[in-house]
Amino acid sequence: MFKRMDFSSPWIKLAPAILVISLLFGASILFGLAQSFGLMTGTGQESISFEAYRNVFSGQGPAGREFWSSLGFSLWVATASTLLSAIGALTIAIWLSNRKGKSQQTDTLALNWNLAFPHLVWAIALLLFFSQSGLLARFAATLGLIQMPADFPILVKDRSGIGIILDYVTKEIPFLTLIVLAVLRSQAENLDIVAENLGASRWQRLWYITIPQVLPALMAGSLIVFGFVFSAYEVPAILGVRYPRMLPVLALDFFLNPDLNSRAEGMVISFVITLIVMIVAIISLRGEKEDTQE
Amino acid sequence: MKNQSAVIFRIFLYGILIAPLVLFMLYAFSERWFFPAPFPTAWTTNIVTRMLNDPRTTSGLFISIGIAMLVSFLSLLIGFPAARTLGSRVFRGRQIAWLIFFLPTVVPPLAVGMGLNILFLRLGWSGTLFGVILAHLVPTLPYTIFTLSGVFSRYDENYEHQALVLGSSRLRIFFTVTLRLVFPGLIVAGLFAFLISWSQYLLTLLIGGGKILTLPMLLFSAVSGGNPTSIAALSLLFVAPPVIIIAASARFLVQHGNTIREQY
Repeated sequence: MFKRMDFSSPWIKLAPAILVISLLFGASILFGLAQSFGLMTGTGQESISFEAYRNVFSGQGPAGREFWSSLGFSLWVATASTLLSAIGALTIAIWLSNRKGKSQQTDTLALNWNLAFPHLVWAIALLLFFSQSGLLARFAATLGLIQMPADFPILVKDRSGIGIILDYVTKEIPFLTLIVLAVLRSQAENLDIVAENLGASRWQRLWYITIPQVLPALMAGSLIVFGFVFSAYEVPAILGVRYPRMLPVLALDFFLNPDLNSRAEGMVISFVITLIVMIVAIISLRGEKEDTQE
Repeated sequence: MKNQSAVIFRIFLYGILIAPLVLFMLYAFSERWFFPAPFPTAWTTNIVTRMLNDPRTTSGLFISIGIAMLVSFLSLLIGFPAARTLGSRVFRGRQIAWLIFFLPTVVPPLAVGMGLNILFLRLGWSGTLFGVILAHLVPTLPYTIFTLSGVFSRYDENYEHQALVLGSSRLRIFFTVTLRLVFPGLIVAGLFAFLISWSQYLLTLLIGGGKILTLPMLLFSAVSGGNPTSIAALSLLFVAPPVIIIAASARFLVQHGNTIREQY
C-alpha cells in the first residue's frame, strides 16, 4: 500500500504561509530594532545610538521615571490576574467535572460564550457597570447604601489596577476552566475510585490525585494568560488611569508622541514587553513538553 | 443540596452571559436616566437610529466586515496547505517551520504594529486597506495554521486513497472528501480569524494611521468622548457579529473539541 500520495517537497506547500509570515514578522522586528537604535525615526539620525535604551533604563527623564513604575504595575496586574483566574478556574472546573451527560455539553457551551465578547467590549461593559455613576452604583443608591456617586468605591479607573484585574479575571476564568475541564474529562475515574476504596478522604483525593493531574495544563494555560495580560493594550487603555500606566499603554504613548525623539523609547519599551512575554512562553512550552513526555 | 447549588450556579452563569447585552441596551435606549434611578425613566430609539444613519458608523461597519472577511479568507487559503503539511507529514525542518509560525503568536501585536508602521509608511501601504489586511494576517494566519494542523493530525488520509482507487479526480476528492471531513475545524479556524481581525485595534491604528476607521477605532474614540449612551449603542453594533457567530457555531465548537487558545 502507498502511505502517501504526496511526494512533493513539503516546503512547496508551506512556502506561501512562511513567506507571508517571515516577511511581515521579520521585517517588523528588524525595523523595530532599527528604530530602537534611533534610526528611521524621522529625526535624521544616521548612526546607531543607545540613547533610547539609556533613557528608558536609567530611571531618569520622562521615559525612565515612568518605565520602572509601569513595569512594577504591569507585573502586579498580570500576576494578580493570573493567580486569581487560575484559582477560580480550578475551583469551578473541579466542581463542574462531577456533572455528566447533557449538562456537560451545556457547561462547555456556556464557558465558550465569553468568546462572544472581545476584551475591548468586555472592558466597556465593566466601565458602564462598575463606574461611580454606573449601574451597580445606581442599585446601591436605590437600596440606600450610598447617597451620591462619589460615595461609591472607585472600582474602575483606579490607581491600583482593580478594574483591569477584574476585567481579566472574569474573562480568563472561563478560558482556564475549559482547559482544566478538558483534562479532567479525558482522565479515567479509576484512580479516584481506587483511592476512595483505600479510604482516602475527599480532600486527600483532591489534593493528591485531582490537582496533580490538572496542574501541568493549568500552569501552561496560566502562563498564556500572563503573557496576554502583560502585553495587551485595550483593557488598561480603557480601564486604567493616567498614572501608573501599564507598559503597553506607556510604549504606545511614547511611540505616537509628536516629539520624534521619544519614538525610539517607545520601541525600547515594546521590546522589553516582548522579551518578558517570550521568556514566559518558553517556560510554558517546556512545561508542556515535559507533560507530553510522561 | 447538590442540585440546588447547581441550579443557583446555572442561573448566575446565564445571568453573566446576557448581562453585557442587557447593560448595553439599557444605556443605548435610555433618554433620561439621572443618577439614583436604577433604570431609565424615559426610553428612546433616537440614539441608535441616529447612529445607524451616521455615515461614519455605517462605513466603519462595512470596512470592518470587509477587512475581517478578506483576512479570514486569505488566512484559510494560505494556511490550509501549510496546516495540512505541518499536521500530517513528518519531514526534516518541521520544527523550524513550526517555530516560524509560533513566534508571531508570542510577540505582541504592539511590537509587530510599531515595527511595521515605519516599513509600510515607506512602502506607501500605511493608511490603505491593503496594508491593514496584510498586518492583520500576522496574528490570524498562525492561529489558522495551528487550529487546522491540529485537525489534520487526527485526519485519516485513507479515505482519500479509497476515493482515488475508486477513480475520483483529485479535485473531486478535495471537495467531496477532504473538505467534508475537516469542515468543523475549518469553520472554527475561519470564524476565529474573522473575530481576531474584527476586534483588532492596535494594528489598525498603527497601520491605518487614522484613515481606516474600523468599528474598534470608532469605539475607542467614543470611549474617550465619555457619553455612555453613544458608547453603549456602538458597543451593541460591535458585539452583534461575534454574538451571532458564536451562537451559530456553537455546534462546531463542541464538535471541534479543542479549547480555543487565542485571545483577542
